[in-house]
Amino acid sequence: MESKERAIRVIAFFTLLTGLVFLLRLWQLQILRGNYYLQLSHKNRVSVVKIPAPRGIIYDRRGKPLVKNEPYFVVSLLPKPPGKEINLSALSELIGLSVEEISERIIRQKPYSLEPITLKRGLRFRDVARIEARRSDFPGLIIQTEIIRSYPYGKTASHLIGYISHPHEEEVRKGKFRDLPKGSYVGRWGAEALFNDRLTGTPGVRFIEVDALGRQLHPIKTVLPVRGEDIRLSIDIEAQKAAEAAFGRRSGALLALNPKNGEVLSLVSLPSFDPNIFVRGISRASWERIINDPGHPFLNRVFQSRYPPGSVFKIVTGLAGLEEGVIGRNFTVFCKGKIEVGIWTFRCWKEEGHGITDFQKAIVESCDIFFYEVGRLLGIDRIAKYAKALGLEMKPGLGLSTEIQGIIPTTSWKKKNRGKPWYLGETFNAAIGQGYVTITPAHAALLISAMANGGSVYRPVLTIQKDPPEPVSKISITPEHLKALRTALVGVVNSEKGTGRRARSERFLIAGKTGTAQVVGNPSGRAATGPRDHAWFVAYAPAEDPSIALSVFVEHGGHGGEAAAPIAKEVIESYLSGEGWE
Amino acid sequence: MKSGIFSVKGKKRLLRILSASHRIDWLLMVVPVIITVLGIMTIYSATRPVIEAYQPRFYLKQTLWLLISFAAMIGTLTFDYKRLFRSAHYLYGLGVILLLITIFIGHEGMGAQRWIRLGPLSFQPSEIFRILLIIGASRFLITQPSPLRWSSLLIYALLYGLMPFYFLYKQPDLGTALILLFISAILALVRGIGRRQLAICLIGIILFLPVGGRMIWSGLKDYQKNRIVAFMDPSVDPRGIGYQIEQSKITIGSGKLLGKGYLKGTQGPFRFLPEKHTDFIFAVFAEEWGFIGSLVLLLLYGIIIIRGLETAYYAKDLFGTFLAIAISTVFLFYLFVNVGMTMGLLPVVGIPLPFFSYGGTALLSNFISVGLLINVRMRRFELFY
Repeated sequence: MESKERAIRVIAFFTLLTGLVFLLRLWQLQILRGNYYLQLSHKNRVSVVKIPAPRGIIYDRRGKPLVKNEPYFVVSLLPKPPGKEINLSALSELIGLSVEEISERIIRQKPYSLEPITLKRGLRFRDVARIEARRSDFPGLIIQTEIIRSYPYGKTASHLIGYISHPHEEEVRKGKFRDLPKGSYVGRWGAEALFNDRLTGTPGVRFIEVDALGRQLHPIKTVLPVRGEDIRLSIDIEAQKAAEAAFGRRSGALLALNPKNGEVLSLVSLPSFDPNIFVRGISRASWERIINDPGHPFLNRVFQSRYPPGSVFKIVTGLAGLEEGVIGRNFTVFCKGKIEVGIWTFRCWKEEGHGITDFQKAIVESCDIFFYEVGRLLGIDRIAKYAKALGLEMKPGLGLSTEIQGIIPTTSWKKKNRGKPWYLGETFNAAIGQGYVTITPAHAALLISAMANGGSVYRPVLTIQKDPPEPVSKISITPEHLKALRTALVGVVNSEKGTGRRARSERFLIAGKTGTAQVVGNPSGRAATGPRDHAWFVAYAPAEDPSIALSVFVEHGGHGGEAAAPIAKEVIESYLSGEGWE
Repeated sequence: MKSGIFSVKGKKRLLRILSASHRIDWLLMVVPVIITVLGIMTIYSATRPVIEAYQPRFYLKQTLWLLISFAAMIGTLTFDYKRLFRSAHYLYGLGVILLLITIFIGHEGMGAQRWIRLGPLSFQPSEIFRILLIIGASRFLITQPSPLRWSSLLIYALLYGLMPFYFLYKQPDLGTALILLFISAILALVRGIGRRQLAICLIGIILFLPVGGRMIWSGLKDYQKNRIVAFMDPSVDPRGIGYQIEQSKITIGSGKLLGKGYLKGTQGPFRFLPEKHTDFIFAVFAEEWGFIGSLVLLLLYGIIIIRGLETAYYAKDLFGTFLAIAISTVFLFYLFVNVGMTMGLLPVVGIPLPFFSYGGTALLSNFISVGLLINVRMRRFELFY
């Protein structure tokens, strides 16, 4: 039968055609694109989860931990298994997040990601027990532990220790910190930021076989995280606490250095902030409150604000005078309280005058007239030479925050910046640390540290130094000049009429120098109303073999001897008693 | 009158069977068993426990069904297929009743009432219906003059085409409904349709398509619509409606030339591949046995189909020819639709792979079909008896 045979042949043809189509398709899928699909099947199966490495611990110089790693709980939700609905309102009640917040977090998740969606961090054990009890009602709800950083000293040393936070959304969008595991922290401020790379450690990786619902089935391989390096800072947290307590509620700055190598022993910038509030994520409102605080808590006053050094600068003028031969062995000036230059009158802070004043008395009682005369004899450029050699112009170079230079005026500086010639009256002002001269508290610390060690300027560092470092600059001082200067500085604190009497300690021989920086709009410095002057004090101890040198700055503190000197005493006593000098 | 192998008539019948038995086509008998055994192995592998504590018993059930089905196939050899011709109308009537029963008392599974429960067993009447339809349609067609008259064509289209289509579509089992409609049409074509009739039918179908297509579309369940949308563009939503197709391609492709090895496949046990031991089982096999293994499997199917067509060619009568053509074509279509679907060439339609997918009734039906093929083949020289 004709039609029968033809039909069979047609069907046989289609059978072969089907075979051919299948052959080609199999070739395409398995041979041509086989590797591609094999990779996809591996990716299907293996979920790579990075494990955050615990951050290293920051210790102070005596081994006290300044930060803690504390475990806490996180509630997360696995991506919704197909066909399974979660009762959001019940979940919202359980974990105390609004339905909107939960949905927002779910929506924010990358599509098709198998990673759990973080719902809430920082839960305590009590909350976890409650959630765990009802977890079976919510498929996909998991509880994990994470490590959070806490700062047991709170606001103390916050500029030094700094803080950490999760990468910001914007940074994540820009692809920064892509290699960090979910939930990692980044150092943002202070030592946490400065040593971030060393503290961070190496994240571990967990390869887990997962099924299509994202359920973790078998761990395949786990590479354990390597804990970040511990950092031992040079600071002494007890001295730091003493310093901040001594400031009370006043604003100001303090930098204590080891004069032998530049180790930072204590660094205060007040007001400060509590680093703990940043760790769990800070709300926009509290962030703005901090940013707009008139006290500028984020300003690191030690490195970022410049003030006239006042009489502290007389150390520089005096040293220049001695070394340049201006102040001879029998050099004296008669102070009658004021001096006239042309039509201008320059006054000493002591209206009735100091009478016959030699170098020793000029430093101890901080006579202005004496240093006007020395300044006149030296000229501004020779003063500036010594100021620069003592590190007052350079950026100190600790690297903790942005730093600014000091301003040390010279004749050429004035021509360049003001377009005018230098006047003698300006030398008078500069000689006693007023006028154009402005330095940061860090510069003042470098100056007094150089006096303590005999003329070396070291870059401040935050870590313990084993070997003495190379000084950034070094000035050779004639030993008898150095001795005269040091004797005078001891006198400031320890003699009857010394301006720094209030830093005098029964336990340690302290050397120092007071300073008062005139606040613009209050030239006399003694007005009862209006903003008060800033108080300075620089000191080192023990005077025979100094192991601490520091600068203290109290914003609107008034006279240096009254406001700043007692703080220096507190810090020195705290530090030296901890070091076993008694 | 007693009828059995101990009666006189029974002895004659036994003799006939024995005389025919040396003409049994062993190839047609062995190849389906090989495929089924491979299928059971693949079912075992695809349902390997990963989360569950125990291996699901699918593979054991399927083995049991293989024994039952093989016995049933032997059973179909014990009588001359000609007897089916005589009772064809009754058998077809029985089939339609089965379908109706399924619609009314059917057991729901996967959103469709395809199963009837009989004690511990549940079976799918549509699979049995397939054979009954073939028998009924073949008888109807060969008793009509060729080419078919308008009246016979109309009756045929209604009784053997649209009615079963509607009942199956109602279950809903769109895949089977479409394939059986297709088979009926093919059989009519083989019988012979005049050119004019064919042209008018085609025009009628084309005119009907927009209306009928919309009716069918609106009658579809959401999951069925999704499958079709996903087929058009699988990348629309790789974890959603296009997920199955994409995962199936990954499963097949990742097997590469030689496969990942038996029990080494991951896509099934880890549930990336849905319907891993039923509709998408070919992908699991291709993953573990690779390009070479897949070709061998396809070749085995080719042997059955070509052998079936050869049987049709040599059959001693028109009824045998029609049975053999219908059975071979059914296998071809099932293979084409199922494998085409797993390879991402066709939309996802719930059609099992003959002999391979898990499912007892389908296995039984397929072995009975092969039994009929062997039956037709072994009696091709018997002219009178």
